[in-house]
Amino acid sequence: MAKILVYIEQSNMKIRRVSLEILSKAREIADQAGDEVVAVLLGQGVEALTKEIIPYGADKVIVVDDAQLANYTTGAYTSVMNKIIKEQEPQAFLLGHSALGRDLAPRLAQRLGVGMVDDCIGMEYDATSYLTFNRPIYTGRAFTQVSTAVRPIIATIRPNTFQVQEPDSNRQAEIVKANAQIDAEDLRAIVKDIAIAVSKRPDLVEADFIVAGGRGMKDKEGFGVLEELADVVGGAVGASRAAVDAGWIDLQYQIGQTGNTVAPTLYFACGISGAIQHLAGMTSSKIIVAINKDPEANIFTAADFGIVGDLFQVVPLLTQEFKKLVNQ
Amino acid sequence: MNIIVCIKQTFDTEAKVVLDKEGKVDSAGVTLVINPDDEYAVEEGIRLKEKFGGEVTLVSLGNSNTITALRTALAMGADKAVLIDDPALAESDELGAVEVLAKSISSHNYDIILTGKTDVDTGASQIPVRLAEKLNLPSANMVTKLEIDGTKATTVREIDGGKETLELTLPAVIAVQQGINEPRYPSVPGIMKAKKKELKTFSLADLGIDATSVAATMKIEKLSLPSARGSVRLIPGEAADAAIELARILSVEKKVL
Repeated sequence: MAKILVYIEQSNMKIRRVSLEILSKAREIADQAGDEVVAVLLGQGVEALTKEIIPYGADKVIVVDDAQLANYTTGAYTSVMNKIIKEQEPQAFLLGHSALGRDLAPRLAQRLGVGMVDDCIGMEYDATSYLTFNRPIYTGRAFTQVSTAVRPIIATIRPNTFQVQEPDSNRQAEIVKANAQIDAEDLRAIVKDIAIAVSKRPDLVEADFIVAGGRGMKDKEGFGVLEELADVVGGAVGASRAAVDAGWIDLQYQIGQTGNTVAPTLYFACGISGAIQHLAGMTSSKIIVAINKDPEANIFTAADFGIVGDLFQVVPLLTQEFKKLVNQ
Repeated sequence: MNIIVCIKQTFDTEAKVVLDKEGKVDSAGVTLVINPDDEYAVEEGIRLKEKFGGEVTLVSLGNSNTITALRTALAMGADKAVLIDDPALAESDELGAVEVLAKSISSHNYDIILTGKTDVDTGASQIPVRLAEKLNLPSANMVTKLEIDGTKATTVREIDGGKETLELTLPAVIAVQQGINEPRYPSVPGIMKAKKKELKTFSLADLGIDATSVAATMKIEKLSLPSARGSVRLIPGEAADAAIELARILSVEKKVL
């Protein structure tokens, strides 16, 4: 029985949703192919998380719990994953296209001497090539369908590509505890500090709802109206480059060709002109709503719904309406 | 300080992408630029040279068009350029490209290798990390701040939801992105000087690489263009009415609320 290996990413003892999205999809593919799904969890003190993983479709969970894995470092994680992959010989190894995924996956692919696919926005089972992937190129101005005959197939998957399936709490899986065995020469970079912005809002790339602002926000304080709307629907706040360059909001909230690529269910573009570089980061959103004073703004060519008007008037009114709906 | 900067020439991000009769991306008439993230790498390399002395060597895989990108980076202040131009590279992928880059870079003395985090044409962020692995070096990815003290490099990286400070020993590969600096424009004297700077072109055979060994292992089955979104549905009326109507559409018609 062949295996699909899924990397389960956690931060501060919380499993990232993208990992459960991939696990759900891997389960579907394994059922089609008659294969098994092996989830891999690395970190320190993470063993308790296995029970949150199994219901989403794992047949086996490999846990590597070690103080040297407390923070992600390229070397230590590559060392551990390299050994697991050599031992498990999976058909495919899948990770989220997160900061961790885009660092770990190419390191590992190079160490294993194989190609890989980045930032996939589609993945299907295929009897000939096992998996075919769909991914954007030219910042979303074209798409390519990719496959490979090489094993393992390594791919990073963009968050919000797949649905998290209903958990099956009766599901049983084997739990395997493995030792870290990190090669000394893989410990060459030292994490000095990690500063995670404390936020009650969801992570931008994983959010279902995003309220983003651009030059039309006028100043830092302008983002307050967007935050209120985001909080009603449990969404995240984002920004175009214009707002970041103006110093109104931190770079980590930027959406676009440089910055984050997002694909929420609902995307509000407020006071955003719609430069092609911004569109590159958000056009795979399911529904796009644009609010802009300028009826000629390019953002309306990318939107499903639009309101031509002053965002400082429209957004608070929307917040009010959404509150009523959410309270119902 | 010997600084290597890997750059790639890419489509202008404003350029329209069209497919030719064979279903491949048609580059005819498209404005080509230095890959945006790589431009930050060029700027950072020049700043390191200005601070510590030394030399900035550009390395690029490409074709005869790529000379324009290299001359631009030389005009910004890089010292010399290496272009690896071989038809086999067009049929390669990141695994093959890194093989070639590593071979070329290995013939130089270097203290640091800088490049951009993502290639905007392929959408891939593999090259810097793969290159570090191939050369057996540490790497830092998505870097927005770089400080060097002797052989110690302290980087600030963008990670999901925050920032990380990562310390590495040089030589290392540093993949940079927006936020690290503001790339300068080439000055007129810079452009004049760039014309005389060393730019050497190599084929794969020159580097002792067999062209078949860099053939892509990832197979592109087909390319497609994005399907157009239907035209926007503008919601008329005063702000209050429009807000009520939009809320109704999203909850009743689209069922997202």
